[in-house]
Amino acid sequence: MLRALLLILSVVAIAHAELCKPDAQNAFKVRISIKKALGDNAYAWDANEEYLFKAMVAFAMRRYSSKSTTQISNVLLCNVTDRVSFWFVVTDSSKNVTTVPGSEVEAAIRMNRNRINNAFLLSDKTLQFLKITSTLSPPVEPSTPVWLIVFGVVLCLIVAGIVFLIVSGIQKHKKKNKESTERENLEEKVEVTLENGIPCEALDLKAGRVNGVFAADDERFTSL
Amino acid sequence: LQAAPEPPKEDGRPKWDNKFQYILSCIGFAVGLGNVWRFPYLCQIHGGGAFLIPYFIALLFEGIPLLHLELALGQCLRKGSIGAWNTISPYLGGVGVGSWMVSVLVSLYYNTVLTWVMWYFINSFQEPLPWSACPLNENRTGFNEECYESTAVNYFWYRKTLNITPDIAESGTFQWWLILCLAACWAIVYLCTIRGIETTGKAIYVTAIFPYLVLTIFLIQGLTLPGATEGLIYLFTPNLNTLKNPRVWLDAATQIFFSLSLAFGGLIAFASYNPTKNDCEKDAVTVAIVNSMTSLYASIPVFSVLGFKATTAYWDCLDRNIINIINEFDLPEESIMRQNYTSWISFLNSSYPEKIAGLKLKSCNLQEFLDQSVSGTGLAFIVFTQAIILMPGSQAWAILFFIMLFSLGLSSMFGNIEGVFTPLLELQIIPKSAPKELLSGIICLISFLIALCFTLGSGSYWIDIFDRYAGSVPLLVIAFFEVIGVVYIYKIKRFSEDVEWMTGRKLNLFWQITWRFISPLLLLIVFMAFVTLQMQKPPSYTAWNPKYEGFPMKEEKVYPPWVQAICVLLAALPCVCVPLVALFHLVKQKRRSKDPSFASPEIFSCQGANR
Repeated sequence: MLRALLLILSVVAIAHAELCKPDAQNAFKVRISIKKALGDNAYAWDANEEYLFKAMVAFAMRRYSSKSTTQISNVLLCNVTDRVSFWFVVTDSSKNVTTVPGSEVEAAIRMNRNRINNAFLLSDKTLQFLKITSTLSPPVEPSTPVWLIVFGVVLCLIVAGIVFLIVSGIQKHKKKNKESTERENLEEKVEVTLENGIPCEALDLKAGRVNGVFAADDERFTSL
Repeated sequence: LQAAPEPPKEDGRPKWDNKFQYILSCIGFAVGLGNVWRFPYLCQIHGGGAFLIPYFIALLFEGIPLLHLELALGQCLRKGSIGAWNTISPYLGGVGVGSWMVSVLVSLYYNTVLTWVMWYFINSFQEPLPWSACPLNENRTGFNEECYESTAVNYFWYRKTLNITPDIAESGTFQWWLILCLAACWAIVYLCTIRGIETTGKAIYVTAIFPYLVLTIFLIQGLTLPGATEGLIYLFTPNLNTLKNPRVWLDAATQIFFSLSLAFGGLIAFASYNPTKNDCEKDAVTVAIVNSMTSLYASIPVFSVLGFKATTAYWDCLDRNIINIINEFDLPEESIMRQNYTSWISFLNSSYPEKIAGLKLKSCNLQEFLDQSVSGTGLAFIVFTQAIILMPGSQAWAILFFIMLFSLGLSSMFGNIEGVFTPLLELQIIPKSAPKELLSGIICLISFLIALCFTLGSGSYWIDIFDRYAGSVPLLVIAFFEVIGVVYIYKIKRFSEDVEWMTGRKLNLFWQITWRFISPLLLLIVFMAFVTLQMQKPPSYTAWNPKYEGFPMKEEKVYPPWVQAICVLLAALPCVCVPLVALFHLVKQKRRSKDPSFASPEIFSCQGANR
């Protein structure tokens, strides 16, 4: 009885070893760079992390195919190196000793890549599935390009400056013109003709001018 | 009644608010983009510290004498370039016209370079910087192909800024974003030069001093970057063997000449607004020395940053190789570091040579990265922008850097525009009653419309042509005729008397010797060497062609014949003005001498006009 059990187990083990090896059909290589991602907070890759990985892959398969038949034991890891890199396959428990087609695994991983990355605190670059390319996220673009806004600000300042300078130039020009005409008027007055030291304009030639010498005598005459 | 001292003759000519403004304007005109992106490059390729020897010899025997000559000329005659040369002798009027033309041509393309600087400046407010990453292609599976094969910085410059065509014959379309920036740049120039030196004198305080502040900031920051010392050692280590190459001497002479902005007429215009009793000798020496010191000062941060960039590129190269090796041999992370890389490589090469060969590792050599020398727009818009991405706080550095370049270029533009504006004002193109603002507005508007050609796809090729042909050979010719004209036609005796009257002391023997013999001789030699070198190979240019097999290397192409004709025209037109105007006056004189009522014009004297 015991012997039969041992035989079955060894057969299964060998079968598994056959399924999971480098460059096997439907196998994927994974490369993890924990130190690059986390630096001083890097954790060590040990059997527990491997367990988590198997769990995440099983989770991905379940979520993708929506049937809850994939177990953690279906995910096989092998050739773990110090790098940390390893190969894995997902076996199909319904069909004996076969692996789930690579395309299905790929699609499942792609769909849940974000969850898998976050479980390990890694990113697409530090948790690499070598045959599975990731879609790149587009850069964030604001609705109006930033440079247009800055340009608008700069242009407004320049135009304001130009308008200010032109207006002040015109005002200065007007003031200079007004000043020069005022000065001309003043100069004209200085050239006025003089009569006995009195400018002719002051002499109201029509009405005549009261001679102050005689005007004062008016008061000496008594009123009639 | 005691006679009051006679006030200086009021001729209504605008004048500087103070001496400092004048000196600052001359320094701003001389100190330009070339001090930042040409001088360090020349230092690097011509044996580092050894280049300073021909540089200072050229400064002493060519730069300072010519500068002194121009400043003294402008100050004495109190006219712009065309008026000044007409006054010296009508036969030499062509020299003034020639330098006016060169100022026009250079203003056109120089402001377009400022347009590029402005474009980069307004793009520096984005986070992350737009030249730091490649855009994705249409189906988002990878990066844009052109960007991927070259670099993100190259892509932003050649595609997003210039949208360059693969050939100069293909004009491409107008790039609307460049047109906007060009309009803004010409508006800024109009704003600052609207009333001539009245407004530029105020603006120069900012545009001439600000670059020094930024250079100091970059100096401090640059020296703290890793790899800065390698860059500086590389720059300044003298290699005296290079002095045997005549090319080095030629480059030193041309660099001094173009750096001081001689023969543009701008310096004559600036000096013409001075009071006549001003020490032009001291001014000339001051401006020339400040210009050279600025070049040296600027090369320190430039080379710190370049050293930093080379070191980072070297480390990236090493890291890429290390990752490849670690992945191939499945070694644990951080087992191979940069320090033990060489020992690991030799160990692995001996044990697994085929695997190592299969990896196709690039050899990483720091010297190779340091050797990648660039000058001109390549330095500012490709190399420096790449270095800025690597610095922490890149937006701030980018903004500072591009504002600095803009102020450097703007203060040089003031001199260029003054060289165009002052002669036109004196020729009274517009009626005297019309305001000065109108003339400067017309100049800026016409220049903007013509410069729209440079915003086409092939625009940058045309700017290279203008830079190489309009802004080089004609200046040498004009400067040569300037010296010959003053020394042999105006007569050196008269001129030294004038300078004595202006400065108040006797003219030093040094000036006599350099003006009479050394400077004209040097100019002649430089001119001939320059032309010979240009003629040696057919004029060619390098084009950015994504479809070229060697892409991202640039494709070397020859100019088509019609473009070569334009090159010759650009170089010859200002030069040919000199004999043409002389001929014109000769003919006029012959016709007039037959007319008996004609009286010969009185001979001008600097002292006579101003006593």
